[in-house]
Amino acid sequence: MIESVTLDDTAAIAVGAGILGTGGGGSTYLNRLRLDNELRERGGAVSVIRADDVPDDALVCAVGGMGAPTVSNEKLQEGQEIKRAVRALEDYLRRKVYAIVIGEIGGGNALGPMITALQCDLPVVDGDGMGRAFPELQMDTFMIYGLAPAPFVLADAHGNVSIFKRIGSAEQAEAFARSLTIEMGGSAGLVMPIMSGADMKRTIIRDTLSLAKRIGEAVLDCRARSIEPAETVAALCNGEVIFTGKIVDVNRRTVEGFARGRLKISAFDDFNQQMEIDFQNENLIARLGEDALCTVPDLITLVSLEDGEAIGTESLRYGLRVAVLAMPAPKELKTPEALAVVGPRAFGYEVEFRPMAGDLL
Amino acid sequence: MRIGIDVGGTNTDAVLMDGTTVVSSTKTPTTANVSEGIAAALRDVIADSGINTASIDGVMIGTTHFTNAVVERKHLTPTACIRLGLPATVCLPPMVDWPLDLRDIVGGNAHLAHGGHEFDGREISAFEPDEVRDIAEKIKAAGLKAIAISSVFSPVNSIFEEQSAEIVRSVIPDANITLSSEIGRIGLLERENAAIMNSCLRQLAARTVDGFKAALDELRITSPFYISQNDGTLMNADFAKEYPVLTFASGPTNSMRGAAFLSGLKDAIVVDVGGTTTDIGVLQHGFPRVAALAVDIGGVRTNFRMPDTYSIGLGGGSLIQEDPLKVGPRSVGYELTEKALVFGGDVLTATDIIVAGGVSTPREGGSVEGGALNIGDSNVVADLDSGLVEAVQARIMEMIAIAVDRMKTSATPVPVIVVGGGSILVTGEIEGASEIIKPDHFPVANAIGAAIAQVGGECDRIFSLAELSRDEALDQAKQEASDRAVNAGAAAASVDIVDVEEVPLAYLPGNATRIMVKAVGDLRGVLPPGEGGGVERGA
Repeated sequence: MIESVTLDDTAAIAVGAGILGTGGGGSTYLNRLRLDNELRERGGAVSVIRADDVPDDALVCAVGGMGAPTVSNEKLQEGQEIKRAVRALEDYLRRKVYAIVIGEIGGGNALGPMITALQCDLPVVDGDGMGRAFPELQMDTFMIYGLAPAPFVLADAHGNVSIFKRIGSAEQAEAFARSLTIEMGGSAGLVMPIMSGADMKRTIIRDTLSLAKRIGEAVLDCRARSIEPAETVAALCNGEVIFTGKIVDVNRRTVEGFARGRLKISAFDDFNQQMEIDFQNENLIARLGEDALCTVPDLITLVSLEDGEAIGTESLRYGLRVAVLAMPAPKELKTPEALAVVGPRAFGYEVEFRPMAGDLL
Repeated sequence: MRIGIDVGGTNTDAVLMDGTTVVSSTKTPTTANVSEGIAAALRDVIADSGINTASIDGVMIGTTHFTNAVVERKHLTPTACIRLGLPATVCLPPMVDWPLDLRDIVGGNAHLAHGGHEFDGREISAFEPDEVRDIAEKIKAAGLKAIAISSVFSPVNSIFEEQSAEIVRSVIPDANITLSSEIGRIGLLERENAAIMNSCLRQLAARTVDGFKAALDELRITSPFYISQNDGTLMNADFAKEYPVLTFASGPTNSMRGAAFLSGLKDAIVVDVGGTTTDIGVLQHGFPRVAALAVDIGGVRTNFRMPDTYSIGLGGGSLIQEDPLKVGPRSVGYELTEKALVFGGDVLTATDIIVAGGVSTPREGGSVEGGALNIGDSNVVADLDSGLVEAVQARIMEMIAIAVDRMKTSATPVPVIVVGGGSILVTGEIEGASEIIKPDHFPVANAIGAAIAQVGGECDRIFSLAELSRDEALDQAKQEASDRAVNAGAAAASVDIVDVEEVPLAYLPGNATRIMVKAVGDLRGVLPPGEGGGVERGA
């Protein structure tokens, strides 16, 4: 397990976080640039601690960015948003935060919390609330296993900080946070949830930052040796490569702010052998014929065949040559409570969750 | 009549066209002083046809000169950047993602100021004229005159960039200013990068365009001349001095547009075989399909609408390795006519194999210019093992087939147009191709693409559908794009909308949608190519 993150590690973590992003979670490009800048200026490293090293009575908080990638690629962050949110929270609670938790390990939100950790001079916990990417706040293990959604904090580039002291449910937190994010210009920093060390240890998916780094290192190593990385990554994640081929059709539409669609991949040697994947920001169901081979919350990621770079659902297009990685979800996402929130039916599919053998880690 | 010229890294090609007919064409070596090569090519085509230079209506030039300047870090002017968007954007200042050597050359002189807009048009913060004036004074003190100005969401509202430019000019009267909203799309760093590169190329652009003019003057050609842009449309010479970055990647675009024109096809795959690489692109409605992702130029990320091409290391000069069999990616490149066996050299190249194989190429729609069999001395390669020759030919076709398959837009077989100086490499069927077309004049398709180019305009911004209906927003975007095409020199009656793309903003409710529209039309005052040509305008 890793104990720190230095400039030498960010490339691998970005690649690994992309693969755990299951097609969503946003690009890692800008957050990696920011993290590299921050590490260069401070000349140090992000200190990483194990979840079990956090005292039960310590206060920790998960952080991440909220909003539309199109907006955050244009209106770049001021940079101190989440740090101010954390400080405001400490003032409000009159307690110090002990460590920063990664809300979502998949995509760009894997790297943002390390920037906050550096700025606040705090360690980051090796683990996260999703083990992948999901689109909504109630879909992390902290909410699924009953932690309180309030208080939560949103902050913008102007220095505005909004603390929600009480909120009825995680779903309401999601709705309020999203409306306020629009008012804040379409992207905002989020601190949620705020929890005790004991609660965090009861609900977090452990060691996913280390996993992201291992995955990324394996991919970079394969690239250096001109080997297609997909099988290596699958083995690392107890998963398998369920299909390789070429994308032959992408059908997408946006419904209520979420990109939904279906893509088809044809095998190289037999055009009629096709895999279909349904996505809603993230890849959710992979089918071969009528058969659902892999279903959410198990992870489905398309990687470019040659270099193993994860392909986001916004970048899908005809002709890309891909390997489809299926990886078992972490066990925390496979309980009845979790499946009610992140199982296929929660996303509107009349399909049973048929878990792959094993767990992500 | 019009003349099309393509200035590549190795060759300068020129064609003289009368309407849709190619009157004459030539290939000459590119010279260190680009204008000399152009003058030589012009002399060739004019002498060849015996026409009077007074009958030339326009000269269209495609050039990779400015791309190469960035890639080679040559002739770049130190440039300052002013970005409006405080308090946002501080964490990633201008030029933050540039390679260090290039940032050193360009100077890294960056300033942040208040201003900018939100995605829905609200101001991020109020514009502060005094703040910009202070920055302008600092830039003046640093002795810089090249300046790029960017403002957050300036494609939605460019007012702050314009106001800043006015203030900077009041402090530095001869400032050379690029506004990011004039050249780029949404995506701040990428658009700003393009604006900075544009300002740092302007001195070179002025010299180069003046050089082109001198070459034309020398031959007493008095017609207007134009430079081709990356989207396959033209800009006039004065505009090219102002916006040199818009020439980036015009080479592949011209060759694909030329292929469309020569074949009469609007939808096809174009395979452009050169000396070292083969570029494969897709024609949609007669225009190249554009890349969806960010494009690196000399290590700098930009979001230009570049043609989506896929390159493989295969060309006429590709080295052949026998055991294990390998074709390319190493190549003798422009030294082909010295190093290949058939030219008396001692290197086995793809060209030697084709000559040995005797070349029987499918050539629907025309004969092969110059006689493909008539390359070098075929006796030298007569003894080559026929098994090897066949194996290499098969390998070449396999490489092309895989690359074509990668770029295809549907599973159905599509026509494949083969152009470029290395086209003789294509000797058989391509899997997945409905037909293979090697049109007349295929070696100079790029110059033809330059000759037939039109002018265009774009609109790319985010519309809020709270106040407008979707149709109204689309109409507004189309009108803006058409107006820009007319401003750029298009005859109003000929302007058509060729591309509409709509991307609703993901992860946000509230009905904001990004609309990108492209319009093109024929140049005012220059005869349109007329019927039957490749200047198709899709719906």
